[in-house]
Amino acid sequence: MITAFIFNVVLVALLLVVATWIIASRAAFSAVVAFVAYGLLLAIVWVELSAIDIALTEAAIGGGVTGMLLLGAASRLRDAETTAVSTGVPLRLAAAALCALVAAGLAAIVLFPPSTVFTLAPDAMAHLAESGLGNPVAGVLFVYRAFDTLLEKVVLVLALVGVWSLAPDRFWGGIPGLRVYQQPNSVLTLLSQLLLPLGIVVGIYMFWTGANNPGGAFQGGTILAAMWILVMIAGLQSVPSTDRRALRLLVIVGPAIFLAIGLMGFALAGGFLAYPAGYAKPLIIVAEAALTLSIGVTLGLLAAGPPERIQQR
Amino acid sequence: MSVVTLFGLCGPVLVGLGLFGLITNPQPLRKILAFNLLGSGTFLLFGVIARRGAAAGLGGDPVPQALVITGIVVAFAATAMAIALLLRLFQETGQATLEPDDTNDTNAATHTS
Repeated sequence: MITAFIFNVVLVALLLVVATWIIASRAAFSAVVAFVAYGLLLAIVWVELSAIDIALTEAAIGGGVTGMLLLGAASRLRDAETTAVSTGVPLRLAAAALCALVAAGLAAIVLFPPSTVFTLAPDAMAHLAESGLGNPVAGVLFVYRAFDTLLEKVVLVLALVGVWSLAPDRFWGGIPGLRVYQQPNSVLTLLSQLLLPLGIVVGIYMFWTGANNPGGAFQGGTILAAMWILVMIAGLQSVPSTDRRALRLLVIVGPAIFLAIGLMGFALAGGFLAYPAGYAKPLIIVAEAALTLSIGVTLGLLAAGPPERIQQR
Repeated sequence: MSVVTLFGLCGPVLVGLGLFGLITNPQPLRKILAFNLLGSGTFLLFGVIARRGAAAGLGGDPVPQALVITGIVVAFAATAMAIALLLRLFQETGQATLEPDDTNDTNAATHTS
């Protein structure tokens, strides 16, 4: 008990030190490195709060893909980094006072919470069995808040369209500017060859077990994306041209199938995203399988960035 | 003090730190980092509140947990978009700051002329 408490105190202290470093560090690059560490520490905090699903998402996204995007940006912007210009002292003090006030207000809510506890957990659990799922978080994501989940996937596709649109016109449909380190006998090549089969199995397992245990389409898809990015960076597979029809189809297949199942609900179950009785689990698994694939491809392409050169024909 | 309260107090501190970085740091990349810190602090606060609603034999209320997962994904999409915008700004102007000083204007003028 006491060791667990000491562990958590050290964890929180470490988290706050790393967070302060992210804000206070002079060099952007070291701030980004701290951010990756921060994401992983935060994932441990989520485990301690018995929210394993969130922990997996935070580790994969906060520490992983966001960190990779930020590292890429920091290395490209290194020359443009300005250290001299900074906000004046009076403004910094005013900002610090404001932020302390906001933090104190939020802390007061934590320390003196309202006496009535609102919880939807009993309601969520009461009908979970009807969906055939064993993981309550997956149940909420795909049954009660399916519309949110659908829109979330659409947001990812929109973000990808947005990122692609930021390329100069002449590069539209070209090859993303992901940096490739192609050295046949390097550690990176060996690592990606060793990790690839493992990663694919873990990714698919994560999606499959998500119905009954922590995990799911998003966490599984992120691992698949990481594997794809790894082989692309190692030069084992070339970065695909973004005008490839198959690639674009893979990006939208998940949301499209999920939407089709949702529309089918009008005919078979009397409402949008309603599942016919007894078929909820198979339909959710089908939607999740397609979403896992789409999320993997979309995240990989988001990490690869906007097109920067056109394919030579 | 319970462990959950400890994590609950960590959330507001992260929000405060993130907000401070967002206001005071002139570099857009650092603002994106601070924005992510602010967001994760909010998620943590929400997660602790979810923990209070632990019932029906669960470690926490699954509804806020599902909301936080959706939130993390949407925050990632926004971050990816922001980074792409920033890199394009750098590509066009050779600048990566939001500081509205004179040197920027003259640089922009020479760039377009």
